[in-house]
Amino acid sequence: MADRRFSATRLPGFATIAMLAFLALYIPILTLVVYSFNSEVTMGNWGSLTLDWYAKAWDNAEVKDATLRSLTIAGFAAVISTSLATMAALGTTRRRAFRGQTFIYVMINQPLMVPEIVTAVALMILFGLIKSVTGIHGLGYLILAHSAFCIPFAYLPIRARLEGMDLTLETAAADLYASPWATFRRVTLPILMPGVIAGAMLAFVVSLDDVVITEFVKSAGQDTLPTYMLGQMRRQLTPEINAISTGLLLITVAMLTAFFLLTRKND
Amino acid sequence: MTSKNAIEARNVVKAFGQGETSVRALDDVSVEIRQGEFFTLLGPSGCGKTTLLRLIAGFEMPTDGLILLDGQDITYLPPNKRPVNTVFQSYALFPHLTVAQNIAFGLEMLGKPASEIRTRTERMLALVKLEAMAGRKTSQLSGGQQQRVALARALAPQPKVLLLDEPLSALDLKLRQAMQIELKRLQQETGITFVFVTHDQEEALTMSDRIGVMSNGKLQQVGSAKDIYTRPKNRFVASFIGETNFLRAQAAGQTARLPSGDVVELDLPATGEVTLTVRPEQLRLTAAGEAGALAATITNLVYFGTDTHVHLALSDGTEVTARVQSPATGDAGLERGARVGLRFAPGAVQVVGE
Amino acid sequence: MTAPHLSPAEQAQIRRSARNGWLLSLPALVVLAMAAVGPLLIVLVYSFLEPGKHGNVVWNFSTDGWTGILWTKDIFTDSFVLADAHLTIFWRSVKLSLLTTLTTFVVGFPTAWFIATRSPKARALWLFLITIPFWTNLLIRTYAINEVIRAEGLLNLALMKVGIISEPLKLIYTDIAVFIGMTYVYLPLMVLPLFAAIDRFDLRLLEAGYDLYASRWQVLRRIVLPIVKPGIVAGSILVFVPSLGAYVTPRVLGGGKQMMIGNLIELQFLAGKNWPLGAALSMMLLIVVTIALLFYVRAANGEKSNG
Repeated sequence: MADRRFSATRLPGFATIAMLAFLALYIPILTLVVYSFNSEVTMGNWGSLTLDWYAKAWDNAEVKDATLRSLTIAGFAAVISTSLATMAALGTTRRRAFRGQTFIYVMINQPLMVPEIVTAVALMILFGLIKSVTGIHGLGYLILAHSAFCIPFAYLPIRARLEGMDLTLETAAADLYASPWATFRRVTLPILMPGVIAGAMLAFVVSLDDVVITEFVKSAGQDTLPTYMLGQMRRQLTPEINAISTGLLLITVAMLTAFFLLTRKND
Repeated sequence: MTSKNAIEARNVVKAFGQGETSVRALDDVSVEIRQGEFFTLLGPSGCGKTTLLRLIAGFEMPTDGLILLDGQDITYLPPNKRPVNTVFQSYALFPHLTVAQNIAFGLEMLGKPASEIRTRTERMLALVKLEAMAGRKTSQLSGGQQQRVALARALAPQPKVLLLDEPLSALDLKLRQAMQIELKRLQQETGITFVFVTHDQEEALTMSDRIGVMSNGKLQQVGSAKDIYTRPKNRFVASFIGETNFLRAQAAGQTARLPSGDVVELDLPATGEVTLTVRPEQLRLTAAGEAGALAATITNLVYFGTDTHVHLALSDGTEVTARVQSPATGDAGLERGARVGLRFAPGAVQVVGE
Repeated sequence: MTAPHLSPAEQAQIRRSARNGWLLSLPALVVLAMAAVGPLLIVLVYSFLEPGKHGNVVWNFSTDGWTGILWTKDIFTDSFVLADAHLTIFWRSVKLSLLTTLTTFVVGFPTAWFIATRSPKARALWLFLITIPFWTNLLIRTYAINEVIRAEGLLNLALMKVGIISEPLKLIYTDIAVFIGMTYVYLPLMVLPLFAAIDRFDLRLLEAGYDLYASRWQVLRRIVLPIVKPGIVAGSILVFVPSLGAYVTPRVLGGGKQMMIGNLIELQFLAGKNWPLGAALSMMLLIVVTIALLFYVRAANGEKSNG
């Protein structure tokens, strides 16, 4: 009967290309995951299902060291950048446009607009100078660098949440005798919280992910997980890399699921 | 006699969903729309009028039944192959094109020569009196102007039928009334068959040659404004168009007995339990106790300028509303609690189906 | 047009609001100045210094860093000749970046359209699926492509098993490998802004187009593409800029043979021992990218008047 439907939104071939794109995006990643369980080293041979590589990665001192460092840096960077971004978001949204606001936008988004290699080189030079003058080494430089480039990533979801907030809520609070600080603490911040957490998670993931800047800023022996993996790629590769990758992937998916649940537009 | 109907729908069904939860937006609808007429589909939200319009335009296809244009089966023809054009409720003007470019769009798609496109566009602009706006982007126009562009754009390709989906609903009252007159004039000038969808019964009564009243996916009644108003086929049509009183009664031939004990004369004979309908303006107020008049008490008066609505209670408490011309001076005996007599104009009381 | 006259109290409030805006943004600005914007100035300075014997710089003014971008001293004739190696690298970077941008658009547009035209529930799922690769570690994704295209990789294994080829294709460490890697890595970056633009697009305009006799192709070309142009520009910039400055992907998939600008810059700080040249190259890259961004801002603002 009415098999021949007319759909205004259907464009010929688009669905096919989209499906192929999704396949193309996931096949490499899934390959990686699947072969992390392969007992054989080469892809051509399939041995047996094993968790050996995971065990190996777990026992690997360098991996443990790098993982710990990655998580530490990401943790600090997420907290710092999210706090700064929250303040900046509060300062730049929902108020009358003031002079210099564009300048602030440009500054905040600068890490997104500059190729990472340029920032990496710049920081290497700058921190190198400071290190030779003051003799201070340590994780601080990496944390500072990460905090900086994580700011725009934390800023965006917080700002989006702030702009979508119902202004009348704060007006109602004032009507009920709340001071500006009390309004912020009891009304604005709680409602803003999902955006803040989403921003923190995004900052965490971005920090965990960083390769280029970390590679140039780090001192010897200060490997993070990505720079460790990058170093490994110059040598004989074993599925241990696959295992580490799968682990990172799981963290990412978990964070992403939480992020999606937090930024759903229903509360 | 070769004059075929402009549009004909035969036993059209449109169902959404599957199995038990499936909903029939259109339930066996058949209608004939004549060449050159201004036909209105009238009904409340969800009655299926817009669905039927979309089936004629080609944006949806029926679950069952046929749609014919000039006698040709167009049921499964895609919309860009039907010589039918639509004025959308939201106007759907292309924001990246100027007024003139919007109007010319259909002709361009049809591959008309540039000179013809130019001439027709100019004529359309003159028709809707928007020559000065030809080069503007549509977002810079007022609501009324955008509506006229949408109209011109749909008329430019000279369609066989023009479909209008509640095009005036976004306009304020005065503008809407002006546009109603405009549309009627345009339709008569161009002679194109118009199929107009609205939920506003006054709008329908003002502009249409014929009206199709719809409810719950079914076509309730088709006829001229006068037919539908004076001879509503069922309870729905009677209450949707204008105002009316409903009374239950026991009919015995030419008369019927109301629960209050009064007897009224029927328009057409009937028997058994019936529902009667009588329009408020066909009730006459007389002095209390007059022979042949029903006894009633005034319970409320609402002043409407030229009319006054008089709310009455019969001897058993049954409520009726009468509409009388407001008295020129004084109260003429109209006040709360006053006892009056009630008469019906001849042929006013009708039996109505459910 | 003069603003309406404001009372002193209102003026004070506006001033206070602006001051608070600055105060709240200040901490973020300080950190960014220290670790993002400020360092760039140092790079600019270093590009005008002399290279040191064992790397680092000598604090004398010199334009050698900048001239070194295009010219090198021929060690035999001691005259300046065009640095062919550099030009090859620049050309490769521009070529691959443009190709990547084009390919991600051709593949990404139908993908974004597909996601945007699903029902709201399905759409959330598809968005989730496209975002996972976007958030996945760049290194992991590059390594994953490596696993697919190398000699003993998935692609060759599959093709040989089916019998299409008898010898593995030499894909790794070629221009093609880097191109495939970058397209794979940056595809989500093209899809997301395209999706945002298509999501805002009024789908009823499509019906209007068909009602006025347009074919599917005409609807796409004459109605959809002009209106979603800001999304196309945004996606293109988001892919082109990182592609141009790519470092990881050409390093892993190009194996040191297919260098791009990013790798060339790194070289100056390692074996090349020419920090000023590295600094100058970085500045040049920054300038090119900034020009591209200004382009985008103009195109995006030009669209604002189109409603």
